[in-house]
Amino acid sequence: MSEETPAPLWEVFIRSKRGLSHNHVGSLHAPDAEMALRNARDVYTRRMEGVSIWVVPSAVITASSPDEKDSFFDPAADKPYRHPTFYSIPKEVQQL
Amino acid sequence: MRSSGQIDQGGAEGVPTGSPAAADPVADPREADFQALIDADQRIEPRDWMPDGYRKTLIRQIAQHAHSEIIGMQPEGNWITRAPSLRRKAILMAKVQDEAGHGLYLYCAAETLGVDRAELIDLLHQGRQKYSSIFNYPTLTWADVGAIGWLVDGAAITNQIPLCRCSFGPYARAMVRVCKEESFHQRQGFESLYTLSHGSPEQHEMAQDAVNRWWWPSIEMLGPPDTDSTHSAQSTAWGIKRFSNDALRQRFVDMVAPQAVVLGLTPPDPELRWNEQRGHYDFGEPDFEELRRVVGGDGPCNRQRAAHHLKAHEDGAWVREASAAYAAKHAATTAAA
Ligand SMILES: [Fe+2]
Ligand SMILES: [Fe+2]
Repeated sequence: MSEETPAPLWEVFIRSKRGLSHNHVGSLHAPDAEMALRNARDVYTRRMEGVSIWVVPSAVITASSPDEKDSFFDPAADKPYRHPTFYSIPKEVQQL
Repeated sequence: MRSSGQIDQGGAEGVPTGSPAAADPVADPREADFQALIDADQRIEPRDWMPDGYRKTLIRQIAQHAHSEIIGMQPEGNWITRAPSLRRKAILMAKVQDEAGHGLYLYCAAETLGVDRAELIDLLHQGRQKYSSIFNYPTLTWADVGAIGWLVDGAAITNQIPLCRCSFGPYARAMVRVCKEESFHQRQGFESLYTLSHGSPEQHEMAQDAVNRWWWPSIEMLGPPDTDSTHSAQSTAWGIKRFSNDALRQRFVDMVAPQAVVLGLTPPDPELRWNEQRGHYDFGEPDFEELRRVVGGDGPCNRQRAAHHLKAHEDGAWVREASAAYAAKHAATTAAA
């Protein structure tokens, strides 16, 4: 029984309604993309949780490394001037 | 089970290859950062560094939880063909399908820790990983289906709600989905039992008999008493366990005791009564010796449940082989075109 090669792993993304982007909901095993979609429908949308499903082979996803998370995201850390709250505006200006 | 040093695949959320074997996790300087995240009530994600013990504890607990959902389909599945009406049959099928879904959410969470589902299922078949003791009891009458929904799913919800805040992200997220679906399970059980209890005298008696048999096993399902619960302190420090077994048990009894009154059924516990001073129900001492026996393999249906799972798995092998062959053939045709 353990000689079987397990079917590949797929990451599942679901658009819960029109106007929203697809969100990652989990993963599942399936031999091919077609079956992955069908399985995703049965596992993740039994209560109308989605109007669209993406399945992506887990193996093709490239992820940032948690070990370098500080240095990787560092460039954004010292640039508060990218946020509107960085700027002081005279009180007379009601909306800007 | 693979040690973390041998992990070779974990998917997008999985563990990076070459994750340290952590011979002495206490000495690892990353442990302080890890614990600081937990103490700040942040979540640990699969690719973060984590102590070997944390990973192993979670794999064991999530796998056991997943197996419970899957084995838990059997006692209720037993009644699908004999449900008394089309309405009840549709409800029961939906519930059993949900349990399959819960098992899959949980296997998916376990796999982010660097194990394969196939490996976990092998361990279940070898009896090296367990599932909840409760599913080793038989479903003798239709009323048992109602009693399971009310009591067993009720106890499961009590246990699972705090797990929605578990420190391991994928487990917590799976639990949020599961808990959303569980409330239907408990309500349909209550409704079914209520209908029986307020039906003919025979139906009422059948409902009472089911409660007599499921009451104590459901209370025992929340685990051994705090005095001999082995992994509790470390699991609490790691943010995996938020409440002790006895605290959860009290919470469960406080929830179901007044519901029993509404059902018009009497729990088989002469010591069950409201304690004004404590603000809780008092209840009798569960038979933890029986729990130990059933967990140890000697419940009424242990062998039957394991054999059924193995048979279903083996009977399904040709489907997995055929779909793999189809996928391979299709991939070859696409590549050639
Ligand atoms: Fe469940
Ligand atoms: Fe359930």
